[in-house]
Amino acid sequence: MASTPDVIDLLAGITPGSALDTIRAARQQARDNAQASYLALFEPVDTAEASLQERFAVACFVAGLHAQAPETTFYRDGLAKVARDPSLPDAIDAEITRGQAEGPTGHFPAGPLSAEDSEGTAYRIPDDSRARLGNRLAAALEHAHMLVIHPRDASADALQALLSAGWSATGIVTLSQLVAFLTFQLRVIHGLRIMAKTAPHSA
Amino acid sequence: MTDTIVVQHAENPPLVFTQAQLDWLPWLEPLAETDLTERHWDGLVDKARAKSPYFMLLARDPDILGARTKTDKDIFYNTKDGLPRPERELAATAASRFNGCIYCASVHARFTTQFSKREGDVQRLLDEGVTVTIDPRWDAIIAASVALTKTPTVFGEAEITRLREAGLSELEISDVIHGAAFFNWANRLMLSIGEPSL
Repeated sequence: MASTPDVIDLLAGITPGSALDTIRAARQQARDNAQASYLALFEPVDTAEASLQERFAVACFVAGLHAQAPETTFYRDGLAKVARDPSLPDAIDAEITRGQAEGPTGHFPAGPLSAEDSEGTAYRIPDDSRARLGNRLAAALEHAHMLVIHPRDASADALQALLSAGWSATGIVTLSQLVAFLTFQLRVIHGLRIMAKTAPHSA
Repeated sequence: MTDTIVVQHAENPPLVFTQAQLDWLPWLEPLAETDLTERHWDGLVDKARAKSPYFMLLARDPDILGARTKTDKDIFYNTKDGLPRPERELAATAASRFNGCIYCASVHARFTTQFSKREGDVQRLLDEGVTVTIDPRWDAIIAASVALTKTPTVFGEAEITRLREAGLSELEISDVIHGAAFFNWANRLMLSIGEPSL
């Protein structure tokens, strides 16, 4: 199998020998394992509990919610390659539009922190779109939206919704890692891109 | 076999941000030690983590758990150059406070206090939230962590300029970005597959 280029370097535009290449090399284990994380999720040894189509569809949606166009295109292209249903990338685009929101919001346990509560933007996939996406993927997208935008609204009931839609406990762990990892990877790419753009002139 | 939700709600959930030691209860069945293969032990990285329900639940997908843990360790524990330990923990605490992860905030507030010896300042961040004013360097790190944590992120040139003006090198700025970004990952796991308990 052809080796996959380092996704963060690729999308942040980091080239060998650049200042940011040197900075990333100072944390080489983090760099290698951010990439190993990508590979564990998107080139997994086992797809029994979460298919490649589901993984890339959720990833495209999560990147889209972050409004990071190059990353959304990267995962959308990955989705187009693995999708059994050729209309799925367009369907995910429609969900990104429906899901646009700003975070983090949500509710704290009832008590003194309730003063900081804010309504998490409700995202529900309507029945016609749910029928097209299938229950499993629709439930995964709704869960991903909560995790990305209003993570403090997480609950055991939300996991029950995934179980009821056909996700196993192991599949839920993979899905949760995938969404959570992307909220890391997307921010590292964005942060490094801003650093490159604003690099101080060396003397 | 159909999987089920395993846990009852915590009888005694923390209602405020705290530096106290908290417990954490999983909402799905963790693996048992007798279930573990070599691949699972590799994913756990440290054998002692087999005693943690959080890591034993995540061990259901051992490959991503192992890569996650090694990413975490280098971002926070590789102190060869770059941002001092207390300030890496501060970035983690600020992201956790802003996302609302009481459990992660408790752990990393304790670490910030342990390494900085500034328990009062750390407690003000927990009590007052991320708009607290502490000192220019800590405020710049908190502000950068918060801007990066927003969705969509609003981290930009202003945050980088403020970090540079506070005296941070480019590697230190990269460490702030990685520390805050990593806690977006960690917070979402801790918040969504179980809950904290006093």
